[in-house]
Amino acid sequence: MSTVSAGVHSRRAGDMIFTIINYGVFLLLVFLCAYPFYYLIINSVSANDVSALGDVRWWPVGFHLNNYKEVFHLQGLPLAAVVSVGRTVIGTAATVLASAFLGFMFTQSKMWARQFWYRFIIVTMYFSAGLIPVFIIMKTLGLTNNFWVYVLPFIVQPFFIILVKTYVESMPESLQEAAEVDGANIVQIFFRVYLPNMTPILATVAIFSAVAQWNSFQDTLIYITDQSLYTLQYLLYMFINQANSLAQAAQNSGGDLSSIISAATSQTPTSIRMTVSVIVVLPIIFIYPLFQRFFVKGIMLGAVKG
Amino acid sequence: MVQEVTAAGIEPTAGGKRTRRRGKPSRKSIGMFLCIVPFLVLVFLFSYFPLYGWIYSLFDYKPALGLSGSEFVGLQWFRMLVSSPTQLAEILQVLVNTLAISFLGIATSILPLAFAVFLNEVRTPWFRNAVQTLTTLPNFISWVLVYMIAFSLFSSTGLVNSVLNDWGLISTPIKFLDTDQHIWLTMTLWSIWKGLGWGAIIYLAAISGIDQSLYESARIDGAGRFQTMWYITIPQLMPTYLVLLLLSVANLLNNGMEQYFVFQNAFNKEHIQVLDLYVYNIGITGNSLSMATAIGMLKSVISVILLFTVNAIAKRVRGTSIV
Repeated sequence: MSTVSAGVHSRRAGDMIFTIINYGVFLLLVFLCAYPFYYLIINSVSANDVSALGDVRWWPVGFHLNNYKEVFHLQGLPLAAVVSVGRTVIGTAATVLASAFLGFMFTQSKMWARQFWYRFIIVTMYFSAGLIPVFIIMKTLGLTNNFWVYVLPFIVQPFFIILVKTYVESMPESLQEAAEVDGANIVQIFFRVYLPNMTPILATVAIFSAVAQWNSFQDTLIYITDQSLYTLQYLLYMFINQANSLAQAAQNSGGDLSSIISAATSQTPTSIRMTVSVIVVLPIIFIYPLFQRFFVKGIMLGAVKG
Repeated sequence: MVQEVTAAGIEPTAGGKRTRRRGKPSRKSIGMFLCIVPFLVLVFLFSYFPLYGWIYSLFDYKPALGLSGSEFVGLQWFRMLVSSPTQLAEILQVLVNTLAISFLGIATSILPLAFAVFLNEVRTPWFRNAVQTLTTLPNFISWVLVYMIAFSLFSSTGLVNSVLNDWGLISTPIKFLDTDQHIWLTMTLWSIWKGLGWGAIIYLAAISGIDQSLYESARIDGAGRFQTMWYITIPQLMPTYLVLLLLSVANLLNNGMEQYFVFQNAFNKEHIQVLDLYVYNIGITGNSLSMATAIGMLKSVISVILLFTVNAIAKRVRGTSIV
């Protein structure tokens, strides 16, 4: 008897140690993931001379919100915010509607050559002509330095179509039959019967699409040279490197950093970068926890049903 | 990220539950088709039509002259890749970088699985949810922002140097970013930082789908916690892991360019240039459009062959294809 209870005891002790280490490791991971965001936020609201030295570590020093007022006086920033919001809203709406419609249409067995056209779209997930040919085509189509380059290439997305199609296939066919008896055509059936009943999967598509649009950087880099079409992401990238070159120029000229900076802006490079970063990341931080459960479920639904 | 999920679970074929009818296309079926034509045009324009652009690799393409004004050079660019020693050395270095970073990615691909297995052992629901939410967050920010975080933490005036300096460990700042040292490793670490929590989600979902009676009967047989983890949870996750592993093999050459572009600087350029970034650098920045097309084309062809090969292997081993 005693050996059995000793065994149970040591197992319990082992369990305890394991549990403590396990929680400890996850706490560390959480810290590594969350602290950088916290660091950006506290630095953006701290005294600019302190934050420039890297001395704001655990809480704000000399709290002020001036940076958020000042940053919108930066040349190009308000417009970049409009472009970023614009592409996110318009691009997401277009992608969601197209995915819903195509996902629904590809469940229609009566469509002419349905299988073929479905594969025609899906197969594009697996190949790419490459950066340069696409660039040249965009140029030929007049899409360089054009807002619509942020929207048009993203309208038809195979993965989202698969998600919606799988979802529609799980809905009762009687929905459509009833509407057909009432004499509705296929477009009416889509808008009146199916679209309102697809919300969960469309929410998933919307959040993915919105995050991708908001975060997109590469398309501005490749297709846009017109400053009025810069996005926040692109501007942030420029600010990181501009401040870099400012500091470098100061070093090369023997050191008077302050005169160069005040000539460029009344803020410090650090404060500008931190503040713009927070503006770029806040929407994600706010939206993500709200949608998390929704879209993780949506993805799993797509994965399980296939 | 999106493709991983697809391949793990979805078979993208049109075989729905609705039955197919054969016969001549009726007016209605053509009407339905016409509804989707505008979208097919978009797909053609942005995915298929650019394939025609591969022809630029046979010309000395100058955008100002157009294709008709540019000189036809045949296979000159492809020959140059192997005949010019400097060009060959450059492309080999790029290939080494590409493969090194891809293999480091594959070597660390077990981490999301481990993350999920250990998180499953956390029995406090609110803690689990908090961990999941916070560790997934980095996946949803752009590489520009990741670079910004790297910059604010690791630049010479950043947090880490400032802390090390305060502790008296260093007197001059360490250049973490402006260096050519360990660049493959740091790039892998940033990928892990960004993708670990997100990568674990698919495994967490797979875990929640494991038949609970397996655990119950194991417990009745006296299996402890580690034994159920090792003999039940991990084997149950292996099919998912293998699919993702095979896909990462298929994507050996496709590292993307954004991460490497934002981290690229004059110091680390030699070892950070992966194929995708190299194509951008010589094509868009360096204006050698034809050479860049030739390299991109080779890359695309090899990638498709890899995908087919991997898919064939998967078919033989698992009985089902992965794409």
